[in-house]
Amino acid sequence: MRRLKPFLTFGLMLAVVMLSGCSDMVVLDPKGPVGQQQKDLIMYSIGFMAFILVVVYALFTFIVYKYRDHKNHKGYDPDNEGSHLLETIWWIIPIIIVIALAIPTIKLNYSLEKAPIAAKEKADAKKDPLVINATAVDWKWIFTYPEQGIETVNYVNIPEDRPVLFKLTSAEAMASFWVPQLGGQKYAMAGMETKLYLQADEQGTYEGRNSNFTGEGFTNQTFDVKSVSESAFDKWAANTKSKAPKLTKDQYDKLMLPGYTKEMTFSSTHLGWVNHAKEADYALNVREKLGYKQEVPHSKKGKEQREELEKSHEESHAQ
Amino acid sequence: MAHAETHDPGTPLEYQSETGRLNILGFWIFLGAELALFATLFATYLVLMHRTGDGPPVGELFEVSSLLIQTFLLLTSSFTSGLAIHEMRRGHVKGLLIWMVITLLLGLGFLGFEIREFVHFVGEGATIGTSAAWSGFFVLVGTHGLHVTVGVAWISMILFQVSKRKFTPATTSKLFISSLYWHFLDVVWIFIFTAVYLTGMVMYHG
Amino acid sequence: MKWDEFFVTGDPLIYGADVSIALTAAGILFYLTYFKKWGWLWKDWLTTVDHKKLGIMYIVSAVLMLFRGGVDALLMRTQLAVPDSKFLDSQHYNEIFTTHGTIMILFMAMPFVIGLINVVVPLQIGARDVAFPYLNAVSFWTFFIGAMLFNISFVIGGSPSAGWTSYMPLASSALSPGPGQNYYLLGLQIAGIGTLLTGINFLVTILKMRAPGMTLFRMPMFTWSALVTMVIIIFAFPILTVALALMTFDRLFGSHFFTLQGAGMDMLWANLFWLWGHPEVYIVILPAFGIFSEIISTFAKKTLFGYKAMIWSMLLIAGYSFLVWVHHFFTMGSGALVNSVFSVTTMAIGIPTGVKIFNWLFTMYKGKIEFTTPMLWSLGFITNFVVGGITGVMLAMAAADYQYHNTYFLVAHFHHVLIAGTVFGCFAGLMYWYPKMFGYKLNERIGKWVFWVFTIGFNVCFLPQYFLGFDGMPRRVYTYSEASGWGPLNMVSTIGGFMMGVAFLVLVYNMYYSFRYATRETTGDAWNGRTLEWSTPSAMPPFYNFAKIPVVDRLDHFWYAKQNNTVEKLETKDIKKIHMPSNSGVPFIMGSFFFIAGFGMVFGWFWMAILGILGVFGTMIHRSFAYDDGFYVSEKEIIETENITN
Repeated sequence: MRRLKPFLTFGLMLAVVMLSGCSDMVVLDPKGPVGQQQKDLIMYSIGFMAFILVVVYALFTFIVYKYRDHKNHKGYDPDNEGSHLLETIWWIIPIIIVIALAIPTIKLNYSLEKAPIAAKEKADAKKDPLVINATAVDWKWIFTYPEQGIETVNYVNIPEDRPVLFKLTSAEAMASFWVPQLGGQKYAMAGMETKLYLQADEQGTYEGRNSNFTGEGFTNQTFDVKSVSESAFDKWAANTKSKAPKLTKDQYDKLMLPGYTKEMTFSSTHLGWVNHAKEADYALNVREKLGYKQEVPHSKKGKEQREELEKSHEESHAQ
Repeated sequence: MAHAETHDPGTPLEYQSETGRLNILGFWIFLGAELALFATLFATYLVLMHRTGDGPPVGELFEVSSLLIQTFLLLTSSFTSGLAIHEMRRGHVKGLLIWMVITLLLGLGFLGFEIREFVHFVGEGATIGTSAAWSGFFVLVGTHGLHVTVGVAWISMILFQVSKRKFTPATTSKLFISSLYWHFLDVVWIFIFTAVYLTGMVMYHG
Repeated sequence: MKWDEFFVTGDPLIYGADVSIALTAAGILFYLTYFKKWGWLWKDWLTTVDHKKLGIMYIVSAVLMLFRGGVDALLMRTQLAVPDSKFLDSQHYNEIFTTHGTIMILFMAMPFVIGLINVVVPLQIGARDVAFPYLNAVSFWTFFIGAMLFNISFVIGGSPSAGWTSYMPLASSALSPGPGQNYYLLGLQIAGIGTLLTGINFLVTILKMRAPGMTLFRMPMFTWSALVTMVIIIFAFPILTVALALMTFDRLFGSHFFTLQGAGMDMLWANLFWLWGHPEVYIVILPAFGIFSEIISTFAKKTLFGYKAMIWSMLLIAGYSFLVWVHHFFTMGSGALVNSVFSVTTMAIGIPTGVKIFNWLFTMYKGKIEFTTPMLWSLGFITNFVVGGITGVMLAMAAADYQYHNTYFLVAHFHHVLIAGTVFGCFAGLMYWYPKMFGYKLNERIGKWVFWVFTIGFNVCFLPQYFLGFDGMPRRVYTYSEASGWGPLNMVSTIGGFMMGVAFLVLVYNMYYSFRYATRETTGDAWNGRTLEWSTPSAMPPFYNFAKIPVVDRLDHFWYAKQNNTVEKLETKDIKKIHMPSNSGVPFIMGSFFFIAGFGMVFGWFWMAILGILGVFGTMIHRSFAYDDGFYVSEKEIIETENITN
C-alpha cells in the first residue's frame, strides 16, 4: 500500500485541479435548452458511473489487500469456482443500470429532433423556429437566411429565446456543425441535408466550429454565433437586406475554393444557383472551371499551395 | 502436425488423411468468409442501385437472352461438376476428367457471354465510372466473374495433377474442395440473378 | 511522376528519419555479413513454418511498430504541449495522427495479439503445430509486407493524411491526391489477407487439433478467446477487404462508390468501415481478456471464477460487436429510432463486460495473490479498464454523444480501453510467456518500474483529456489558441505521454538486461502454471512441441496433475517418430511479390502491379504443384532432445 501512496496523492491533486475547472468547461456551461438537457443527461450518467467505479474499486482494494500472499494468510480456497447467487447479482445489476440509462437517453434522442422549449418562458418570444442554412466549405461556414434573403460567412446572428433550425449541408468533405455551449453537433454532408435545432437563452457570442476532420485547414474552420435580442436581430436583418452588397455568382464560386476568408455579409443568397444538398459535386465542378487543382502535398506545387493557404490564414485573421 | 491416417474403407478418399480433413474444413470456413465478402458487395449494390446520376438506369441495358444463357451455362456446370465428383467417388479417373473438362468448358462459355455483355454495356455508355449504381454493378458481377476465372485456372491445374497422379488422398481432397468452390459460385450467381438482373429489369420495365 | 513527388523532402525531421533508416539498415547488413548470419537468418527465421518462431516474429514486428507509433504519438504531444505551437505544420500533424492510429491498431495491436496466439495456442491445446503451417507463414509475410509498405510512405511519396478512419469524400482523389492514401489502402489490403488466413488457420486448429480429452469446455480461457476472435476475424475482415477495394477503385479507376461525383455515397464508407472497425476493436481486446484470465488465475493460484459465464459473456460480446457500428456516427442524423436502438445495443455490451470484471475480481477472492509483473499488468488492467468502460457507456448515450463526439473525451475513452485493455494485455502476456519463448524471465525489478512509470504516465496523459473534451477541444486539431484555455491540461497530458515513452525504453532495456543477466529456466514451468504450455519438460519447447501428445481430463489438467503428483514422466517406450512440415522460402517470396504489386498500385504504375500479381500467382501455382509431405523426426532424435535416460 505504501508504494501506492505517491500515486494516489498525485491522482487526487490532479483530480482536484481538473474538477475545480469544471464549471468553466463549455459543455458543462450551456447557454440554451438543448445544451442544458444534454448536460443534465451527462450529469445523471456520471452519477451512475461514479457508483460503478466506487463499487469496483472498493471490491478490488478489499480483495487484493486481504488475499495477497503474506504470512498468516487465511481463507485460501483454490477450487472456489463460482457462485450462482453472486453471478446472478452481477448480471442483473448492470442490466438495471443500462435500463436506467437507456430511458432518459431515448427520451432525449427523440426530443432533440424537435424544436426545444425554452427553459424560461418569455411571453413575447416567437415559438416558430428561425431557419438558417449552414454550408461547410473548405474551410469556412456559409450561413443563409432564406426568409430574410441574406447570407453571412463565418458568423451567424441569432435571436435569443427563439428556436433556430439549422439545415446543414456541405459543399464537399464531411463536416460537423458544433456550438458546444448551445448543444451537441451534427454532420454536414454534401448531397444530404441534416437538421439541428439549437436555441440561446442568453445574449452573447459563442464559438462554433467544424469538429469533423476535413484536412489541411480543419483546425481553423470556426465561426462565431452571436445571440442578440429579437428586436436587434430584426433590425440587423433589415439593415443587411438594404445596405449589404449583393452576393454575385462569381464571388460565391470563389468561396468554393479551399481557403480561409474574413467574415462577410450579403443582401442576397446562393440558393438560387445551387442547393448543395442536391448537387454534391458543385464545388468540385467550380474548382475545375476556375482551374484550381489540389496538388500532391509533398510535391513542389503542393508545398506552394500550402504556403499560400497559410498566408491567406494570416490575412483573414488580421481583420 | 498430427497425421493420424484412418483407413476405414467406407470413408471417401479425400477424408482419409488428416491433411485432407483439415483442408476441407478450412475451405468450408473460407467459404464463410467469401459469403461475408459477397454479402458486403450485395449490400453495397443494393444501397447504390438507384443512384444512377446522369447515367442510364441499370435495368435499361439488361438483355434477357444473354442472362438466360449465362445462367443456364453456370447452373449446368455446377451439375456436371457434381457428376465429376460422383465419378471420383467411384474411382473413375477418366469419368472425372471428362465431366470436369465439360464443367470448365461451360464455365468458359459463361465467362465469354459475361464479357460480351460487359462490352455491350460499355458500348452503350455504362462503365464503372458512369455512376455509383454502375460501379456497384460492375464490381459485384465482376468479382463473381473473377472468381469463375480463377476457378477455371485452378481446376485446370488440379486436373493436370490428377491426370499424372491419379486419385490419392491429396488429389481427391483438392478435387472435392474445388467442386465446393464451384457450387458456391453457382449459389452466388443465383443471388446475382435475382438481386441484380431480375430486380433491375422489374424496376425498369415496371 | 517527378522525383520531387517521389522522395519526401524539405523537413529536417524527415531527413533525420532518412539518415537513421539508412544507418540502421547498413548496421543490420554489416552485422549479418560480418558474423556470417545470413544462413541463420534464412534457415531459422525467414523460411520457418514453426508457429512459435512466427509468433516471435509477429511480436518483434509489433514492438517495432509500437516504437514507430509511439514516436508519432510523442511528436503529436510535443506539438500540442503549448498553444500556437509551430513545431509541426498542419499537413505533417495530419499525416502523423493518421499513421499513429493506423499503425497502432493494425500493425501493433493486431500482430501483438496474433503473435501471442501463435506462440501459445497450439501449446495450450497440446498440438504440435497449427492446422496449416505453410499458410501461417504466408499470413505472417503478408502482414509484414503490408506493414512495411505502409511505413515507407513517410519517406517515399508522403503518408496518408485523411485519418485512420479515412472518411470519404476527404480521402478521395479529388480532395487527397497523391500516393499517401493509396499506401493506406494497399498496406491494409495486403496485411488484411494475412489476418483472414490466420483466422481460418486458427479456427481449424482449435476445432480439430486439441489434445485427446480436451472438450470445448475444458479449453483454457486464452484459447477460448482466440477461438472467438478468429470467428470475428472471418466475418469482419472480408468487409474491410471490400471497403478498401471499393475505395481503391474510386481512387485509381474512376468508379463512384463514395465520391462526390457520379452520385456516390460517402456515408456508405463510414458504415462499411465501422462494420469492420467495431468488431476489430473486439479482435484486439478479447485475446487480452483471455490473457488476463490465465494470469489472474495463475497468480491468485485459484481456478477461474465462473468459467462458463466467462465464455458466454465473450460469445455475447462477439455477437454484439457486429450490432453496434452506428454508435461511431450517431451525429450523422440517422434519426431518433436508429440512434436509440444502437444506444441500447452499445450499452448492452457493457453488461457481459461488467460480468467479466466481477469474475476476475472473484477469481482473486479466496486466492493467494502473488504480485509478479504479469499480475501487476492484469491488476492495472482492471482498475484502468473500468474507467474506459464507464466512459464508453457514457458515449453510448446518443443524445449525450452529440457533445462528446469528435472531442478529446472520445480520444481519452478509446485510449483508456485500448491501452489498458490491449496494450496492458500484450505486455502482461509478453512477460508471462517470455520464458516460454526465450528460456528466461524478464527482470522483475525493472519490470515493476516499467509498470508503475507506464501506468502513472498513462493516466497523467489521458485523464486530462476527458476534461479537455468537456471544454470543447476537438480531436485532430493541430494547434489551438491561448485564449481557448486548453494549454495547461495539454501540457500535463504531454508530460504523461513522455512518461509512457520512458517506460517503453526501460522495457526495451529490460529485454537487453535480461538477455545478458537473467538466470535461465531449468524446467518448462516458470510460473507454476495451470495449462499445457507449461507442461513441456524444457523451458522452450522443441520444434515439435510435445514428444508425446498429452491427454486431458479436465480444465487446468496440468495444475491438478501437479497437485495430485500424477504428472507423467516421458519414457523411451512412449516415443514414436513425429511427422512435421518442411520449411519453405516461398511465403517470403510471395510476400516480396505482394510488395512489388502494392508499390506499383500506390504510384499507379500498373505494369509493376501486374508483374507483382503475376509473381503472387506464380508462387501459388508452385504451391499447388509441390507435393511436399514434410518429414519425420526419428525416435533417436526425440530421445536425445528430450534427454530421456531410462
